[in-house]
Amino acid sequence: MTVYGLWIDYEYCTGCKACEIACQQEHGFDTEELGIQVLEQLMNGGQTYNFMPIPTDLCDLCTERVQREGRPSCVHHCMAKVMEFGPVEDLARRMSQKPRSVIWAPKPRPRDQRPFDGADTGGSAQ
Amino acid sequence: MSDIADGETRIVRSTVWSAGAGCHGGCGVNLHVRDGKLEKIEGIADHPYNQGTLCPRALALKDYAYHPNRLTRPLIRTGARGTDTWRPASWDEALSLVESKLSAVKQEFGAESTVFVQGTGRDVGGWLVFLAYNYGSPNWMQALPGNSCYHPRLLAMKVAMGDYVVPDNSQFQQARYESPEWRLPECYVVWGQNPVATCNDGNHGHWIIHCVKRGSKLVVIDPNYTWLASRADIWLPLRPGTDGALALGMLNVIIEEELYDKDFVEKWTVGFEQLKARAAEYPLDRVAEICWLKKDLIAEAARAYARASPAALQWGVPVDMAPEGFSVASAINHLWAITGNVEIPGGMIVARPAFGMTAYPMSQDAIQDMYGDLMDKDQQAKRIGVDEFPLVRHMHWRAQPDSVITQALTGKPYPLKASVIAGTNFVVGAQDPLRWRKAFENLDFNVVVDLFMTPTAMALADVVLPSASFAERDGIRAWWSPLTAQNTAIRFGDCRSDAEICFELSRRLRDDFQFETLPDLYRYYLKDTGQTLEDVREEHWIMPPRDSPAMPYHRHEKGLLRADGKPGFATPSGKIELASSQMQEWGYDPLPVYVEPTYSPVSRPDMAEEYPLILNTGSRTIAFFHSEHRNVPKLRRLNPDPLVEIHPETAANYGIADGDWVWLENHVGKCRMRAKFAYVHPRVVVAQHSWWMPEKVREKDYGAYESNVNMLMPGGLSSKSGFGGAQVKSVLCRIRKADDQAAA
Ligand code: SF4
Ligand code: SF4
Repeated sequence: MTVYGLWIDYEYCTGCKACEIACQQEHGFDTEELGIQVLEQLMNGGQTYNFMPIPTDLCDLCTERVQREGRPSCVHHCMAKVMEFGPVEDLARRMSQKPRSVIWAPKPRPRDQRPFDGADTGGSAQ
Repeated sequence: MSDIADGETRIVRSTVWSAGAGCHGGCGVNLHVRDGKLEKIEGIADHPYNQGTLCPRALALKDYAYHPNRLTRPLIRTGARGTDTWRPASWDEALSLVESKLSAVKQEFGAESTVFVQGTGRDVGGWLVFLAYNYGSPNWMQALPGNSCYHPRLLAMKVAMGDYVVPDNSQFQQARYESPEWRLPECYVVWGQNPVATCNDGNHGHWIIHCVKRGSKLVVIDPNYTWLASRADIWLPLRPGTDGALALGMLNVIIEEELYDKDFVEKWTVGFEQLKARAAEYPLDRVAEICWLKKDLIAEAARAYARASPAALQWGVPVDMAPEGFSVASAINHLWAITGNVEIPGGMIVARPAFGMTAYPMSQDAIQDMYGDLMDKDQQAKRIGVDEFPLVRHMHWRAQPDSVITQALTGKPYPLKASVIAGTNFVVGAQDPLRWRKAFENLDFNVVVDLFMTPTAMALADVVLPSASFAERDGIRAWWSPLTAQNTAIRFGDCRSDAEICFELSRRLRDDFQFETLPDLYRYYLKDTGQTLEDVREEHWIMPPRDSPAMPYHRHEKGLLRADGKPGFATPSGKIELASSQMQEWGYDPLPVYVEPTYSPVSRPDMAEEYPLILNTGSRTIAFFHSEHRNVPKLRRLNPDPLVEIHPETAANYGIADGDWVWLENHVGKCRMRAKFAYVHPRVVVAQHSWWMPEKVREKDYGAYESNVNMLMPGGLSSKSGFGGAQVKSVLCRIRKADDQAAA
């Protein structure tokens, strides 16, 4: 089975967060629901300043959309054009050419799965 | 057709501009519509402007357009200004009221007593000019001291070069970065801008990132260690407001070390010796001291820029907002002029509207071209600011905003009575906002056009007209190239586009109005372009042919820039004027000069004891466009609180931790914000601007004056030219941790 993934050149990810909103739109997510989250890494006295987009377990690699039009919404809209979609093996070749890049191979979990689903919490923490 | 059938979903191709994303725009989008409702927005992959990409604000269009708080009907005020007292009205009733009030002002006091106010470079700008012109008032303006947004830069270029120039990111080529004619800038200077967060003035910010990715050497001039600065080969964290000194210092290095393009200077410029003498007044020692930079770093940046060919430069609004913004812009202009980075691939290229179609005129020539002698000379002479500022008189047709405010408050030399305010929320966004508010409270009748109830509408409007997002309107646009169409995808409430509103008011207010419908007017705009409205709509975007005067390169050599068809530039001398004959003639210094900010540790050491930090504001955020978008939850999530960026060591001195609520205070006022640690210059804090809280009580100004850094801005002007000097980039302040740490 071919495993698909996202390759991201985080050297040039600008942290614009277009991917977050593109994903929300594509899937009809609520404000607090994200399929991908962009984290800021500003540390070591400023020596390191990166943005790191990380898919969440809501990321389904835009399965439906990819069948229809070839690439995920985040990849299509990425302002810095630093994302690619494809079989992880192909992406690995890209990664071997490009330091400061990363590959994610997301696997979605059901959207409505919540930690306390099986517990009686007395009506709170739903 | 612009509608492409796709099963049950219609796809309408349009162009992003203004309300929605809020920006100056240009992105090509597919708007997916089903049963009259917007389903989603997608960037068009082969559109030369955005190449498929979109920013968070454009991508959140659905949440904006269908926001539950959108205004859906015209409102007429029933109670006192500042109270939430309105009654809904039909368009006919609301427009009839506006018509009768403005007609009465015109009859009793003259049309000049009505002012037309816009915010940033929204499409409504062109429409307000159209409306004001048809009504007969010469007074339209930007709601910003000194028109300090792009106008000073535009004017500096117009005076020196005869045209406006922009960095060449291949944007005028359909094939973009793959175009064989284009060259990658070897060096890219980004001067006072965070292009990650913004697409200013027809320049898509991320183009710069695309160039840097491809290998352009990057020089970033910014007191804040932005992400872009972290990717720079050379970062110059200059003292805010000292851009003019830095530019003159760089000119001096380039001239002294003979790194300039001698052939180009000799052949295509005048005034070089004068510029050389002026630049020599800015040796490295002096500039280093002014700018708080190391000498070597300045020299290194100057050399990196001058030795690269081609070199591109993108600049931001700090240039305009510096004291004498016009002068700072001139100095920077001369950097590309003497290095010969003009009209070459990957350098700076002349930007003209595609096919010569102007719908958004700024210069007097353009207005003359479009509307002829519609307004008689006596009336034109009443434009506010023309007596005081020769540059205002001779160049861009805008009223001088600071003079307008003073005139509204004093009633001299003639009284102001009414206003049409569109696409601006200046009661929040202006510097010294309460003074602006007071000025417009003095007027008898204010119309506000907006999509949402804002503090400005609540405080000032007598009539509010509900405007449309870009998805809800037609239009054509040539903010440079390509020529593009906006096509209506959806309707919302009873909203009308700015174009429709201004057109209809023009029709009502002008007796001999010559257009039947808006498309007639579009056809009039297109009359000399060789394009039909139907073609533009059908094609969606049209790039002018290679040999068109709107297309680069080397147009000065080919005689494509001057009206007389001769080689050269459209200046009086036909050359790039490093010392400007026109400025001289109008009584100004023909050469750039450095002016110290009015409120700085250098100019006001007395104040600096009490207020030791430089307060810098106005930087863009990706989530918001100026005062907008705080009410769109998906965008607010990206930036929930009003932030002030501070160096961790500076913060430690004041006992402030990351995320603490703090007070910023100075001699003008104070505001409460949230500290965010950043590697900003340790003697500078950088505060987000124009915050108001749409979720707060309407009648209490939506909290517009609690976390609004404009409350610390002195307002007024620090420029002799009337253009530039809004002084929002450098004022003094102090910071302390707030006793109350509750969220705003
Ligand atoms: S691939 Fe699709 S689902 Fe995954 S983060 Fe991108 S937009 Fe979201
Ligand atoms: S859209 Fe692209 S550049 Fe922007 S945050 Fe996401 S990955 Fe980074």
